Amino acid sequence: MNTGPIKAAGPIGGDAIPAIDRRFRLQWEAAQNAHVLLYPEGMIKLNASAGEILKRCDGKATLAEITASLEQAFATSGLAADVFAFIAMAAEKKWVTLPS
Amino acid sequence: MNAQVKAPGPPLWLLLELTYRCPLHCAFCYNPTDFARTGPELGTEDWLRVLREARELGAVQLGLSGGEPLARDDLELIVAEAHRLGFYINLITSGVGLNETRIAALKAGGLDHIQLSFQDSSKQMNDFLSSTRTFELKSKVAALIKKYDYPMVLNVVLHRLNIDHVEEILDMADRLGAEYVELANTQYYGWAWHNRDRLMPSREQVERAEAATKRFRERSGRPMRIYFVVPDYFERRPKPCMNGLGSIFLTVTPDGTALPCHAARMLPGLEFPNVRDSSVRHAWFDSSGFNHFRGDDWMKEPCRSCPEKTRDFGGCRCQAFLMTGDAANADPVCDLSPHHHLVTEAVAAAERPHRSSPSEEKPLVFRSPANSATLFP
Repeated sequence: MNTGPIKAAGPIGGDAIPAIDRRFRLQWEAAQNAHVLLYPEGMIKLNASAGEILKRCDGKATLAEITASLEQAFATSGLAADVFAFIAMAAEKKWVTLPS
Repeated sequence: MNAQVKAPGPPLWLLLELTYRCPLHCAFCYNPTDFARTGPELGTEDWLRVLREARELGAVQLGLSGGEPLARDDLELIVAEAHRLGFYINLITSGVGLNETRIAALKAGGLDHIQLSFQDSSKQMNDFLSSTRTFELKSKVAALIKKYDYPMVLNVVLHRLNIDHVEEILDMADRLGAEYVELANTQYYGWAWHNRDRLMPSREQVERAEAATKRFRERSGRPMRIYFVVPDYFERRPKPCMNGLGSIFLTVTPDGTALPCHAARMLPGLEFPNVRDSSVRHAWFDSSGFNHFRGDDWMKEPCRSCPEKTRDFGGCRCQAFLMTGDAANADPVCDLSPHHHLVTEAVAAAERPHRSSPSEEKPLVFRSPANSATLFP
């Protein structure tokens, strides 16, 4: 299945719905006290904020909803820019897909 | 700071060599040449226990290899249990034995990825190198892997006899729809060590292959990741083998021996516990086989005082032992090693005319139980 070029050339909108790319599996590893992304013969250990964002990328929630959920969970506000920038980076690395 | 004082982390990478049985007879196989005299294979229950114990310690990447893992008819059971435990499961296979019934069962059981080996882009060379007629079958298996929506890693071991075909190999991988291609230059252990003089490419061949890989990358439109594993004999610094023995990697051989790398059983004077009568925890944390080469207390000069020791850990212990007779020596690939001439001499010997007559050369010895028994009567 060829997903074609990822449509992340422009700024990502709050209505985008990110999902973990099918080539990766996200999972919590207690032994490493971290979320990890698993792929053929490899593993990326995520820092805490990357893990919190990616675990919300379930292919159903919009980026705006993900941001709201994070702000609520950590009792803060103004996370949108950081979350959007991270998702753009994750799309660039093909960890997530952003179907239009 | 000496890493020895730090408690070892978990064995993140678990490799189970489920069997030494293999329908192929590759002359570059890293399996030990004396495999025919190893004890009986572990039973299903023992493998399932190893999975549980390793997962408790934090193992998460699982390789199922051999030999040919499909030679075990309990592979589906092992995969299903590994998936239930949360492993990411890589099947490393020649493809022989992978029919649609089995691939469907493996998919249902939770297998994550299949790495399929080819020996060459041409039927003739593939079949010669593996001493089998398997090229057509491998092509069919590649199609099955795509049909079942697996990410496909195509692995081709490179050496003197096929390295000139790199561009054709990449075109083949592209046609088959591979997501990743590993162009893995031969590492000289086991059967490959025995056949080293016949398998070692010339420096010119290696450079041509790198240039061909670069050309392909530039002209290819598809996103296919290519890993070109540089042959370490042509380097001036050693590979950081296993990220240091006993740091992240644990392998279990078909008879149940726990090892810190594929080839470590050759290292003398160390205890390598058997998982039949030892827990994985004991093997990983308490045995000399895993502890001896942790940290840097074992190092000799020039490694001991070398600022690069934290980067390459002195290279490969097995290579140091094979070439110098002492596993604590620097890997002779390093040009700071007093034994580096052993590597440059082997490379120089490979500069001989490319097509010298076969009668001038030692014959390739193919990996087979019969040849193993002949070498180790």
